[in-house]
Amino acid sequence: MQEIFGRIKKRAAELFADGTVTRMVGWQKGESDYDKTPAVFGPDMKGFVYDGFCGANLSKYLINLSKVEGRTLVLLKPCDSYSFNQLLTEHRIDRDKVYAIGIDCNGKLDINKIRALGVKGIRSVAEEGDEVVLDTVYGSKRVKRSEVLLDRCYCCKGKDHVAGDEFILAEKRVDTTTTDRFELVKKLEAMTPDERYEFWRGELSRCIRCNACRNVCPACSCVKCVFDNPALGTDSKANSDTFEENMFHIIRAFHVAGRCTDCGECSRVCPQHIPLHLLNRKFIRDIDELYGEYQAGAEVGQRGPLTDFAKNDAEPGATPDKGGKK
Amino acid sequence: MQIKIDENGNFKPTIVAFCCNWCSYAGADLAGTSRLSYPANVKIVRVPCSCRVNPLFILRAFQRGADGVILCGCHPGDCHYTTGNYYTRRRMTLLFNMLDYLGIERDRTRVEWVSAAEGAKMARVMNEFVARICELGENKRLEDLRCKKSLEE
Ligand code: SF4
Ligand code: SF4
Repeated sequence: MQEIFGRIKKRAAELFADGTVTRMVGWQKGESDYDKTPAVFGPDMKGFVYDGFCGANLSKYLINLSKVEGRTLVLLKPCDSYSFNQLLTEHRIDRDKVYAIGIDCNGKLDINKIRALGVKGIRSVAEEGDEVVLDTVYGSKRVKRSEVLLDRCYCCKGKDHVAGDEFILAEKRVDTTTTDRFELVKKLEAMTPDERYEFWRGELSRCIRCNACRNVCPACSCVKCVFDNPALGTDSKANSDTFEENMFHIIRAFHVAGRCTDCGECSRVCPQHIPLHLLNRKFIRDIDELYGEYQAGAEVGQRGPLTDFAKNDAEPGATPDKGGKK
Repeated sequence: MQIKIDENGNFKPTIVAFCCNWCSYAGADLAGTSRLSYPANVKIVRVPCSCRVNPLFILRAFQRGADGVILCGCHPGDCHYTTGNYYTRRRMTLLFNMLDYLGIERDRTRVEWVSAAEGAKMARVMNEFVARICELGENKRLEDLRCKKSLEE
């Protein structure tokens, strides 16, 4: 990663120097080593970093950066490049105002997984090869990278970018995919409705309606969002009310159905650790099964499954598993 | 408070039926003029096309106290606007699957294609649907307690 970081920095400096770009959107250190936040940099690139905690998807920032003078350099991990394409498809980004570099990714780290291993009092974090070295007040600790990746990285769509003007890749690419992304969805589908209801109550009732999942989502790019309407009835968090949560979460997931690239940002940012990707993936799975496989953002200009139809589509009520009529 | 109990003390559900103006609403009309009966607790909302129905409408109906929501439109291929109901079909398929995924009873929601000539089908569908909702009982999994409160006052 250190090597990749060096190459990115060098190349970015060249692009600044020859006037190709006027700013760069990347990551900087937040409150701690394991908290890297998106930031916009000038030619000095002061504070710019790229490491295992740069999970944030930068593509959404290009919506606003497309509206200002000059060209923006953006760094895209393979999964981010799908969101980038999707935003281009929806005409939310001005392609001419962006210079995209596809950068290498060997899986991003999940601080919650590190903490779950019993690591406390973290002072600083460093990466050495396939290990994460943690300096804590109780001494130094080492954990295997492959054990503490973000959930989404275990079902990574692959390490090939689908967009980019140029690429900075490692010689040896690390494959992090180990699981089928629909595994849990299938498990849930196999449960009884009552069990599913219990499961979702347990998850969704923790929601504090902070809207982080919506704000971070590259597919949630409406200028005026339905959740900003105070009359909607979802923005006050009334405990004991099942409706608000269901309403908020069904609508959030539905609004991105057919457009969600499964970048996994919603689940990453949720302060309550709600597995929001399981809602999105349910839609993705149904779409794949009923209307043919579809990956949002795979290409620019695709027609989404919900803005399309076939004369012999399945009837509502037909589920892929229950042998629905096709 | 809505009357959810009939004179014999049995549960009387509230059903919201979205009917498209061109086929199903006319179908319901025909059911009436043919003197076919369907339960009075089916509240019909007329929409220009089944495609007008946003998933939010369905959720909103549940929020405001519906126990079942049914959406009726022209048969696929017969849409007054040519293709509206094809989009509805995809949209509702996904929405209903999602409700089911969240553990909300699948049978509380339904889509039926009813043409203007199918008064008898309209009556049958509504009777069947109401009977099913009676079996399921009151909607508890998509209720909004705040709305219930305000209805009681
Ligand atoms: S999903 Fe893949 S590309 Fe995205 S951060 Fe994880 S490993 Fe990297
Ligand atoms: S990020 Fe989590 S807690 Fe915040 S609104 Fe979304 S689901 Fe709720």
